Amino acid sequence: MTELWYVYAVTRADTPPPKDVPGIVGGEVRAVSDGALAAVVSQVPEEDFEGAALHAHLEDFRWLEATARAHQGVVDAAFAAGCALPLRLATVYRDEEGVRRMLHTSAAEFTRALDRLDGRLEWGVKVYLDEEEEAAARKDTTAAEPADGRSYLRARLAQRQTRDDAKTRSRAFSERLHETLRHRSEAQRVLRPQDQQLAAGPGRNVFNAAYLVPADDKAFDAELRGLADSAPGLRVEITGPWPPYSFADA
Amino acid sequence: MTSASRLPEPYPSSGSGSNLADILERVLDKGVVIAGDIQVNLLDIELLTIKLRLIVASIDKAKEMGIDWWEDDPALSSGARRREMAAENRRLKLQLEQYENEPEEVRRDD
Repeated sequence: MTELWYVYAVTRADTPPPKDVPGIVGGEVRAVSDGALAAVVSQVPEEDFEGAALHAHLEDFRWLEATARAHQGVVDAAFAAGCALPLRLATVYRDEEGVRRMLHTSAAEFTRALDRLDGRLEWGVKVYLDEEEEAAARKDTTAAEPADGRSYLRARLAQRQTRDDAKTRSRAFSERLHETLRHRSEAQRVLRPQDQQLAAGPGRNVFNAAYLVPADDKAFDAELRGLADSAPGLRVEITGPWPPYSFADA
Repeated sequence: MTSASRLPEPYPSSGSGSNLADILERVLDKGVVIAGDIQVNLLDIELLTIKLRLIVASIDKAKEMGIDWWEDDPALSSGARRREMAAENRRLKLQLEQYENEPEEVRRDD
């Protein structure tokens, strides 16, 4: 069976490759180095990653989930051992030589990015508009049978007003939060709000951002949580620390 | 060189228990983009996969909302409204079928 080389991350050559972490489809994770850089790789079956098969797999949500989690697991492990630049999912090469060539060709960019991101980590912050509140607002107006058309319209208007107020409030809070965190972080990325269907918790994601913070800034975590708790009627979800995914390509 | 102590403590939030949406957001959308020997347009994939799920979800949701709507607001539970919802559901289902039957083009570099 022909194997391809799947690359998870790029590190400095002196960073030990992650141990005891399974690669995609259980492949053994190791490092391929060229000069001062190393690629964290594992071998994957060609039949799974060759063009058409890969495309079909990526549309299979269960396969996508398993692969994404394995990818993230290896990147995390590599990052725990030293600075690691996460590569986008499904970056594969025909042979080890291809991996070395890739390291060689982009050596200057990789080195610059590693220098910039060394000792930094990423925090994810998402603000959710409380759905219960919205639902309560809806219920108020639908619980009582509207007596006539006019009171029905009035009730609908009040309902919309409540929803608009909540939206304005969540926007103002998010702006304040971002402004505070902007001063507390080295770099920021405002991301697209996540779709509700993919979110784990309740509420609608109205703000989504990532912040790059020095790993030794021990106060950041607590400050972030303090800010999150001060959210009026909003839910703030904090994720991380992550390897600097959102800042690796800048 | 930095050591494993760079992370103050093990972090469960980005481990295997992490929210899939957060992981997908990062591994599909972020990270270094380098042309491998086999190329696939992940932007298409992401949109396709997530859209597919959204369409499936929106069919269920439209039905749910339709039922709630009629129950809570008898003034608006006309047959016309119901027919409109049914047509919308059919349209969404058709769209879903189109997504399933139209594999996006895969670019190969080899």
